[in-house]
Amino acid sequence: MQTLVAYVENKPGVLNRVSSLARRLAINIDSLTVGPTENEEIARMTIVAHTDEKGAHRLEASLEKLVDVRLAENISERSLLERDLALIKVTADQQSRPHLMELIKVFRARVIDVAPESLILEVSGTVDKIDGLLEVLRPFGVLEMARTGRIAMTRGSDLLRPPGVPQKPADAEAAMTSQAK
Amino acid sequence: MKLTGAEILCESLTKLGVRHLFGYPGGAILPVYDALGKSKLHHILVRHEQGATHMADGYARASGGVGVAMATSGPGATNMVTGIATAMLDSSPVVCITGQVSSKLLGSDAFQEIDITGVTMPITKHNVVVSRAEDIARTVREAFVIANSGRPGPVLVDITKDAQQASCDFNWDASTPRLPPKRQRINYDQAEFERAVELLNNSKRPLILAGHGIMVSGAMRVFDDFVHAGNLPVAMTLLGIGCFPANDPLNLGMMGMHGEAWVNHAIQEADLLIAVGMRFDDRVTGDLRTYAKDARKIHIEIDRSEINKNVKVDSALIGDAREVLEQLLPRLEHRERGDWLRHIRELKGDSAVRDIQGLPDNGHLYAAHVINDLWKETRGEAIVVTDVGQHQMWEAQYYHHNLPRTLITSGGLGTMGFALPAAIGAKFAKPESDVWVVVGDGGFQMTMCELATIVQEKIKINIAIINNGFLGMVRQWQEFFYDKRYVATPLVAPDFAALANAFGIRGERITSRTDVTPTIRSARESSESVLIDFRVEQEDSVYPMVPAGGALHEMIRRPDSPLVETATEP
Ligand SMILES: Cc1cc2nc3c(=O)[nH]c(=O)nc-3n(C[C@H](O)[C@H](O)[C@H](O)COP(=O)(O)OP(=O)(O)OC[C@H]3O[C@@H](n4cnc5c(N)ncnc54)[C@H](O)[C@@H]3O)c2cc1C
Ligand SMILES: Cc1ncc(C[n+]2csc(CCOP(=O)(O)OP(=O)(O)O)c2C)c(N)n1
Ligand SMILES: [Mg+2]
Repeated sequence: MQTLVAYVENKPGVLNRVSSLARRLAINIDSLTVGPTENEEIARMTIVAHTDEKGAHRLEASLEKLVDVRLAENISERSLLERDLALIKVTADQQSRPHLMELIKVFRARVIDVAPESLILEVSGTVDKIDGLLEVLRPFGVLEMARTGRIAMTRGSDLLRPPGVPQKPADAEAAMTSQAK
Repeated sequence: MKLTGAEILCESLTKLGVRHLFGYPGGAILPVYDALGKSKLHHILVRHEQGATHMADGYARASGGVGVAMATSGPGATNMVTGIATAMLDSSPVVCITGQVSSKLLGSDAFQEIDITGVTMPITKHNVVVSRAEDIARTVREAFVIANSGRPGPVLVDITKDAQQASCDFNWDASTPRLPPKRQRINYDQAEFERAVELLNNSKRPLILAGHGIMVSGAMRVFDDFVHAGNLPVAMTLLGIGCFPANDPLNLGMMGMHGEAWVNHAIQEADLLIAVGMRFDDRVTGDLRTYAKDARKIHIEIDRSEINKNVKVDSALIGDAREVLEQLLPRLEHRERGDWLRHIRELKGDSAVRDIQGLPDNGHLYAAHVINDLWKETRGEAIVVTDVGQHQMWEAQYYHHNLPRTLITSGGLGTMGFALPAAIGAKFAKPESDVWVVVGDGGFQMTMCELATIVQEKIKINIAIINNGFLGMVRQWQEFFYDKRYVATPLVAPDFAALANAFGIRGERITSRTDVTPTIRSARESSESVLIDFRVEQEDSVYPMVPAGGALHEMIRRPDSPLVETATEP
């Protein structure tokens, strides 16, 4: 499994280009998330692909050939944080509820909706953690689940900023003040 | 100044230096055709939109500039698909302009509405829908930049009918391209460069693999200097042919599936391969596990995604071939390489000094003889546009190109039907050149309708049909690998000479060797187009041949016959 981050133009059709490219390269996508960045012109993607390092290189380099992709980077080998968010609707009757609440605490999930026969839990964390929670919830009856797919970020000073915008917040400030002058 | 979108398109194309465009009208592009009538652009009416894309492609390959094709929405646009894919796989800069239904109808399955940007997404370098007249000038400029920069490729611009009809201010200076900023990568560091220099200067048995990228980069001169400075033998890919003169003693010829035997042996025995602007296609490498096992590899290549794709390399110099070679040249040391060059000459044996011109033909007409005679008669200076099949390989073997951009052929997609339209495009790009189509009886029947385009445009092209009565290349595979079961490869054709006459073109039929040269000469002397139907040996095969996926040094060789495998000297 390889994790890539891409900064792309925030406009219609770009997601299609990216997924179409992966399909053309015969690389299976495990998860692909896309969301806005602090710059409204740019969106950030996290792509988790079923491939090896060679495939990830090919995907990375091919992505950067797309006109609408500003940067693509394989961050699999870097020190990084990955998070997934899930909403899980689980059967909860009077009997099972106390036991459920305990598990929820252990996994640091949150209850965000309470109904007579079910609960909705919100949990975020690594894929392993969420898979772990799911495993223990299954006996109670998982009614519905929605997951965001992974987002990832490299740690500390290892910055991955989109091209075409100031590279450090300090630069951004400087740019703003110099514009003001 | 207020102009309609259609007028803005024509103005923009003119300002971009376009003089010819190849197309076919229809409802959704009619406003543009109306504006074309008032412009100085020369529109060439084709007979099928596939032809328009191949013509634009041929125009681009012959000139090095951008070729432009145009079509209406729906079926006009989908007819372009094969030509777009052909340009994509051979990195040819083509801009396709299609009409589209009005923007308010988009997505409604309107008459002749097709999501052509969706259809062509995987076969274009980029594509875009324009639905506002205000965006036309900038988008077209961007399309030209994208098509012909970096690794070139086709770009499709789909313009809605309302955008063509709407009026707005036309301000060329304000419509400069606004492409998204890209991360600037360091292509290679000093260490990578030094590694290449060291490999180059220390190798005993080096070999250059010269590809199409040399032509794209316009690196011919520095490449020539580089080859001679290092005394380095050169093998070419099919699309690299012409980037280095065939008559240079260091030029060994074509590599790969139908490459010269000694070239493939040299590759397998080399201790260093220097690949320049070529992408290690499977027709070039054969079985990767046995490919050039003893050789270290340097890859000079503009497209990072090509590095280590098929062949793992020891030094990757990412960048424009010309720039990289210019950097390497001063560091390259001359070596005598007597043993290595002598060894290659030995591999070559006597096949290179014997001349097929003088060989007996047993009363048969061989395609190789036709090509060889064409080469001699045109002194190797014609622009030859080939189709796909056996004749294409014989051309590559027996026509020795000394000049860049004089062999135009579909390599990556191998598109039958390419030759005739692509030659028309090439003729518009190089009106002073002697343009020859070399085409099979099968492929010719795919796009022969474009003969009418030749007549309507009153251009002079010579057409050599290598008529073997078969889909020859497929028949050859059936002969070698399917026990001669010729299923669906024997092929009935019309009387091509009579067909030419019906179009208003002079037609000739040649069945014997003695008539070949005089007919070629008379075709060259004629001011009008001439079609020659060469009735050649029906069941001849192309040798040598590396079976698909086979090891490069294990070639099927020609059984005893009056033909040698090739001849490189006149
Ligand atoms: C029937 C048939 C048989 C064939 N048999 C053979 C055969 O025997 N031998 C053979 O060689 N081919 C053969 N081919 C063709 C083969 O399929 C490929 O099309 C061909 O080998 C590709 O050549 P290439 O890599 O030089 O060109 P391309 O495929 O055009 O690749 C060009 C490369 O150069 C790079 N490039 C572009 N611009 C630059 C630049 N400015 N600087 C640096 N790099 C740049 C590109 O990124 C790309 O990687 C055959 C085709 C057919 C249809
Ligand atoms: C559009 C298309 N369809 C099918 C093929 C497969 N194909 C490759 S070579 C060939 C035979 C070509 O026959 P012809 O044009 O007569 O040339 P020859 O090989 O006989 O010289 C075929 C069918 C192709 N390359 N392109
Ligand atoms: Mg044939």
